[in-house]
Amino acid sequence: MNYNVNEKGYYGDFGGAYIPEMLYPNVEELRQNYIKVMQEPDFQEEFKALLKEYVGRPTPLYYAKRFSEKYGTNVYLKREDLCHTGAHKVNNTIGQILMAKRLGKNRIIAETGAGQHGVATATVCALMGLECIVYMGAIDIKRQAPNVARMKMLGATVVPAESGSKTLKDATNEAIRDWINNPTDTHYIIGSVVGPHPYPDMVARFQSVISEEVKKQLLEKEGKENPDYVVACVGGGSNAAGIYYHYLDTPEVGIIAVEAAGKGIHSGESAATSALGKEGIIHGSKTLLMQTDDGQITEPYSISAGLDYPGVGPMHAHLFRSGRGEFISITDADAMQAGLELCKLEGIIPAIESSHALAIFEERKFKKEDIVVVNLSGRGDKDLSTFIDYFKLA
Amino acid sequence: MNRINTKLEEGKKLLSIYFTAGYPKLEDTTTVIEKLVEAGVDMIEIGLPFSDPLADGPTIQESSTAALKNGMTTAKLFDQIKDIRKTVDIPLIVMGYFNPMLQYGVEKFCATCAEIGIDGLIMPDLPLAEYEEHYQATFEKYGLKMIFLITPQTSDERIRQIDAASDGFIYMVSSASTTGKTSGFSNVQTDYFERIAALNLKNPQIVGFGIKDEETFKAATQTAQGAIIGSAFIKTLTEKGIEGISGFIKSIRP
Repeated sequence: MNYNVNEKGYYGDFGGAYIPEMLYPNVEELRQNYIKVMQEPDFQEEFKALLKEYVGRPTPLYYAKRFSEKYGTNVYLKREDLCHTGAHKVNNTIGQILMAKRLGKNRIIAETGAGQHGVATATVCALMGLECIVYMGAIDIKRQAPNVARMKMLGATVVPAESGSKTLKDATNEAIRDWINNPTDTHYIIGSVVGPHPYPDMVARFQSVISEEVKKQLLEKEGKENPDYVVACVGGGSNAAGIYYHYLDTPEVGIIAVEAAGKGIHSGESAATSALGKEGIIHGSKTLLMQTDDGQITEPYSISAGLDYPGVGPMHAHLFRSGRGEFISITDADAMQAGLELCKLEGIIPAIESSHALAIFEERKFKKEDIVVVNLSGRGDKDLSTFIDYFKLA
Repeated sequence: MNRINTKLEEGKKLLSIYFTAGYPKLEDTTTVIEKLVEAGVDMIEIGLPFSDPLADGPTIQESSTAALKNGMTTAKLFDQIKDIRKTVDIPLIVMGYFNPMLQYGVEKFCATCAEIGIDGLIMPDLPLAEYEEHYQATFEKYGLKMIFLITPQTSDERIRQIDAASDGFIYMVSSASTTGKTSGFSNVQTDYFERIAALNLKNPQIVGFGIKDEETFKAATQTAQGAIIGSAFIKTLTEKGIEGISGFIKSIRP
């Protein structure tokens, strides 16, 4: 079976480009050019140089000794939290800003939920001197004041999305509307492996540097390229796509996707899309999404703002349906405990998103000799106030 | 040949109105349709509300959110309009986003539309390629006309593909915009209207987006065969309710 995208823009049954005609010229321009541009030597050279000098890649593959001892297995952490701006998101925004420049676009728009992708986009726009407009749900703007301030310091305009539920999905709608209204000079930097083809594939390719590095680093440390498992949290799923990418067609490497169960899968406050979602269309892509029986998209919940997206990228929907991926959901409470545990055992404060991936070791047993690589997708500084409130640390 | 084709053959400049089903009140749907017919409109797009209407501006999105809050669903709409053909004989088109149709079941949706006497569908996020590959046969089996959109950015080549796949009319979006955004028409739009007219397409064109009064209606129908009004009509419903309908239509086409 093929786990990557096919020539029509589908992963199995999922993907495609379900877009209004107004977006067709932009998306088609991107579809016809993205692979060609990415393969140009000068693009590769500039992309790799920025990842090295600006982002700080390669990020370490760190053997978490005390954490491994506690769970009786071998856990490596891929330290995406050490990337500039604090998470893997910047790998994609660097790639897309270079793409936008080559397509002759001088105005950049983006959506953001918690603000991480917005900050990563504002950062690369500052770096390249391009205008940057970030759409953010009005409710999220209130919840994530420090990231709003960061984006403004970086020169971006933050526009509140006042429609619908005023969160990430509405910010995405507003960004798409902006693109409809500005069809010639604007590039839309989508932050995850979601949206119409070719976005899921393009973003996955930019994030694939993560598993490319893991292969080399593991060969150095363990004498083999393949771990037994790769583990990542999945909201839309860009960090997961990055760490799975070069292992998709290596069946001996198990793929584990960790979703946010929120207050419990059946609590009515959850973001566990594989368990609760049905096939449908969201933001131009056919995928699994949380919706009513009538096909209205519902609002997910997670304590982690980066995981409360009502869909998953089409790659992940296909990994789920085909059985290639093992999907586990983790509650707020278990994720918070796992995050705190990593602080105490390894001296690393993880993002709450990444803490979901760390929490599986309490319920999913691994063999003593297994090698498990967990993508530590982001650092927890942005979540300090949530940690403070949750554990009454102040 | 269905009601859409017949109406277009009359040769007059058509006035078509979009409204959101279940707005302002849940049970207003059939009343709005009947008042529009009374006021003399030629065609109606019945909007099936969606939580995330990407191609629409704030006016239509807010009316959709309100309609959903009122309790509107696909099944509810079909139930409300099940006897509409006893009183209404102008073309009726259901306009909505693809996901609610997908969840209802594409075949069941088409069958129900045919049973009610719906003549066509506008699904802005169901693109030409997906339609032709997966759904065209089903739509045609039930005699439903799929109406596609074109914009000023659509290439001539693609317009010709859309023309070939259509049998009804082409929905000509007046500018690069979401609904309710534009104010009046510029030379750029006039050039675009003329460019399309010069293509001599087999399907007539009806212009939508940015039509709000007599002046814009006249400008839009200089070359095209009709025009669709959505946001401006919804605003009237919001401000004046059902009572405002006949006055609004008279102001467009006195």
